[in-house]
Amino acid sequence: MSRSRDLLLAAFLAATVAMPALAGERPIGRVPTPEEIARWDIDARPDGLGLPPGRGTAREGEEIYLARCASCHGEFGEAVGRWPQLVGGQGSLTWDEPIKTATSYWPYAPTVFDYIKRAMPFGDAQSLTDDEVYAITAFLLASDGIIPEDFVVDAESLPKIVMPNADGFIDDPRPDVPGGEPCMKDCVAEVVIVGHARKIGVTPEDKARPVTD
Amino acid sequence: MLTIFPEIFESPLRASLLGKAIAAGLVEVRIHDIRAYATDRHRKVDDEPYGKPSKYEAHVVRRNVEWLTASTESSINFTPLPWLNGIITPNGVFFERHHGGRAEIDPSAHRLLVHGLVEKPLVYTMEDLKRLPCEDRIWFLECAANGGMEWRGAQLDGCQYVRGMIGCAQWTGVRLKTLLERSGLKPNAKWVLAEGADASALTRSFPIEKALDDAFVAYAQNGEALRPGQGYPVRLILPGWEANMSVKWLRRIEVGDAPWYTRWETSKYTDLLPSGKAYKFTWVQEANSVITWPAPEHKIDGPGQYMIRGLAWSGRGRIVRVDLTFDGGKNWVTAPLQEPILPKALTRFYYPWRWDGSTVIIASRAIDETGYVQPTITQLRNARGRNSIYHNNAIITWLVNASGEVENVQVA
Repeated sequence: MSRSRDLLLAAFLAATVAMPALAGERPIGRVPTPEEIARWDIDARPDGLGLPPGRGTAREGEEIYLARCASCHGEFGEAVGRWPQLVGGQGSLTWDEPIKTATSYWPYAPTVFDYIKRAMPFGDAQSLTDDEVYAITAFLLASDGIIPEDFVVDAESLPKIVMPNADGFIDDPRPDVPGGEPCMKDCVAEVVIVGHARKIGVTPEDKARPVTD
Repeated sequence: MLTIFPEIFESPLRASLLGKAIAAGLVEVRIHDIRAYATDRHRKVDDEPYGKPSKYEAHVVRRNVEWLTASTESSINFTPLPWLNGIITPNGVFFERHHGGRAEIDPSAHRLLVHGLVEKPLVYTMEDLKRLPCEDRIWFLECAANGGMEWRGAQLDGCQYVRGMIGCAQWTGVRLKTLLERSGLKPNAKWVLAEGADASALTRSFPIEKALDDAFVAYAQNGEALRPGQGYPVRLILPGWEANMSVKWLRRIEVGDAPWYTRWETSKYTDLLPSGKAYKFTWVQEANSVITWPAPEHKIDGPGQYMIRGLAWSGRGRIVRVDLTFDGGKNWVTAPLQEPILPKALTRFYYPWRWDGSTVIIASRAIDETGYVQPTITQLRNARGRNSIYHNNAIITWLVNASGEVENVQVA
């Protein structure tokens, strides 16, 4: 993998990509219509870019939530079994067992809309209308006190909602462990085994341990 | 001519110009039926059009840890590292992580849209993509949560489970840069969003610098088309970065001027610290290694000569050194590395070892070309606590007891 190989490859690619098409040749790729792009482009950003028309309130959202979401996430967003807990847990992020939910952890409210719209309900994704997604978003945020019950959530209001953990994230500072030349000899005085996986006993039984190999 | 269907060729060979040439003695065509050379009673040479491993290798399969997730549609399986060799992961055992099931996509119906802050949006068919300049590249893909179950202590007693969220393959495809240049970037193009066509419509965003560096749109893996679980017919690959970003079933690339902060880069794939703050955009997979033999899946039958086998890798580039310890980290020796040593790919090490039958505590430590040294679990916890889930690249330690059994342990 020499530098000259990379340069040669780059020159080759540049020549090929720049190769002018002759009249009558089959094009590579076609220009989509604006309508096609609009149907594919469903994402919404924290600044509101991409949020569609529509609206909803927590009161409207409760009924939809109970019908479409509660079987996995619980009637109050508290979770059923190992499905994700959606709300609650504010102030728990420093605990030994933090509760990371949409209201305790997520920094931006439009992400809640974007995720529900694209991926929920699990097994029947993208079956909700935009009004329903706005209403469910409102229901979740209101159930944890972030917005009032009658707050109208839409493309304009959603990006302005300040989430409790909006300032909770810092850019990746890694490497965040000591560097330098590693020790090779007499590095530690005493080695103590502080954890045994077998004593925890959660490894699946089928780990296919041949007698020898 | 070698064939298992000699009948097919007899008729055309008698007709046409070729038939006249044969009749005139100008050309001679001999048909050999391969079945005639088969040795078994059934003369089977075509009973397995796509071959499988020997039945004696049935234990070399991906495995799941059921209690990890609520459903297997949104879960992960693990590469059987303790039985693999070399640096290429066979396609059938390459780990899979899906967030909405394994999508089945007809390639003739699949389209990839490139749009957003570009001069000319374009839609590509799979045939279009294969007409563009292509390359073969070897890179690993590793889940950000590889080793995640070990943050609070030694938990899973298997090499497959503590480091198996990784695979390495030769990928064939097109540079993302090629696609972006064909559409023409606008001056304010700063971020790129990738979206999958699976049921979770998974989206991740990343800086334009990565898109123009080594980001890759792959349609083949180890010589054949991508497997459905790897994003058939086409996926993104962001070499060296957490594999969640290498969006499978890729259907849309959008160029923008700011990050999208999708669920997968806020709620998940962020690293929560004891302070309650969290690292975000922790993309690179830092240097890591694991001893794949011996491992908890194996038992050493008695004293004698053995080969220690292991893997090392770094998302920042090449591995330059792997050290081994046999006393839990008091003393280290350097193991020779096998060629090829490629950036952002698995690197293999082997080390001849004589086991005297005593209890030993073995571990490996990788160092990459940036000088980064794989940390101990204590060093990682000092930096990030125990709640992080992701990016646990700490040294993995195996305890070999006097009866030759191997166990995953943590040392301090």
